[in-house]
Amino acid sequence: MKKYKCNVCGYVYDPEAGDPSQGIPAGTPFESLPDSWTCPVCGASKEDFSPED
Amino acid sequence: MQAVKIKEGFYWVGAIDWKVRNFHGYSTTRGTTYNSYLLLDEKIVLFDTVKHGFEEELLTRIATVIEPTKIDYLVVNHIEPDHAGAFLKVVSEIKPEKIFITRNGRLGLIEHFHVKDLPFEEVKTGTEVKLGTRSIQFIETPMIHWPDSMMSYIPEEKILVSQDAFGAHYATSFRFDDEVDFCELLQETRKYYANIVYPYSPQVAKLLQTVKQKGLKIELICPDHGVVLRKHVETILRYYEKWSSYTCDPVMLIIYDTMWKSTEKMAYAVMEGGMQEGIEVKLRNLTVADPTELMAEVLESRGLVLGSPTLNNGLLPTVSGFLTYMKGLRPRFKVGAAFGSYGWSGESLKILNQYLQEIQAEIVHEGIRCKYAPTPEVLAGCQELGRMVAKRIKETCSG
Repeated sequence: MKKYKCNVCGYVYDPEAGDPSQGIPAGTPFESLPDSWTCPVCGASKEDFSPED
Repeated sequence: MQAVKIKEGFYWVGAIDWKVRNFHGYSTTRGTTYNSYLLLDEKIVLFDTVKHGFEEELLTRIATVIEPTKIDYLVVNHIEPDHAGAFLKVVSEIKPEKIFITRNGRLGLIEHFHVKDLPFEEVKTGTEVKLGTRSIQFIETPMIHWPDSMMSYIPEEKILVSQDAFGAHYATSFRFDDEVDFCELLQETRKYYANIVYPYSPQVAKLLQTVKQKGLKIELICPDHGVVLRKHVETILRYYEKWSSYTCDPVMLIIYDTMWKSTEKMAYAVMEGGMQEGIEVKLRNLTVADPTELMAEVLESRGLVLGSPTLNNGLLPTVSGFLTYMKGLRPRFKVGAAFGSYGWSGESLKILNQYLQEIQAEIVHEGIRCKYAPTPEVLAGCQELGRMVAKRIKETCSG
């Protein structure tokens, strides 16, 4: 599962860890995040993320 | 030290920092101010505090209007220490009933001060607080320029308390934009955008769009640094539109440094080429250029030509230092090229081109490197490089 980085603030979404602050369980791939999910650091939307190399 | 009346019932009660010249690396050549505003209604509100060390100035000014303990609400639009450094001291003095702040702001303040049991009340875009005859509408502005940032709009007065946006590091005894020299104010506003706000231009563009869509009427912009805008609101909004849309002027900015004048000779030849095309060229040597001022020129110049000799298989430290800084500020839509001399290995050109790629510049020439000292042929090539960049600048600025 790929990690995705926020283009705005640099936060990295790690699917292994999920995002407990928004109720996203560990093991959730980035692609499966709901469209309403936003960057937990800066509030940027999903489209502001790029896959990490 | 007095409060300054901005409007009936609305006062500036901040602090003027005449002496600061280095603000975490930003060269504040004209000093700065830390602005706080006091709103008197049935509920009394203080918007933001000041930097640590200026608490007494703030409290003294407040006391010229009201007893500080009479303040009911504290609004924390931004938690950076130049505005929240005095937070704990001010809270202990005024004992506010409520502290309005974003979620990120609350979490950030707790991490700054390690205190949790304060009367924080989280607000979001759209949250409205009635004060009596007036109200506050909060607008979250994440990453303009920290995750916690927000603005406070007072619709009945058409006042936008804009925290760092639209501000400038500019110490003056005057509080309004029409009392100071507009060229000075614009210089400092441009510098502020380039060095603080630039990376978040897409967010600024969205915010300006929202302001337009909502038809927000703004008579006064009250930022956290510099003067209150009342005469030049439209003008500064237009400049923010220009900068946040990466609109540039047809200018070629040559940024370089040199060891034994070889790279400098190349820089002059590039400049010559640019001048032959009739556009403005600015030559900036990083041994003498102020990086903060230089970023203001990067902001508005379409063309960016970088020069460095190779030193120990890398760049000169002045060049790598500046480019590291510049890259973080995310310039976009530049037209660029690079050049540099070397003695044996010659890595500088490749590294300079990598920097241009990282800021997604359009590289219009593969670049020129020259061993030891440039020959007339090399200099002719540099002139040609300058002409090519200048032509592309003209093409991209004409539409």
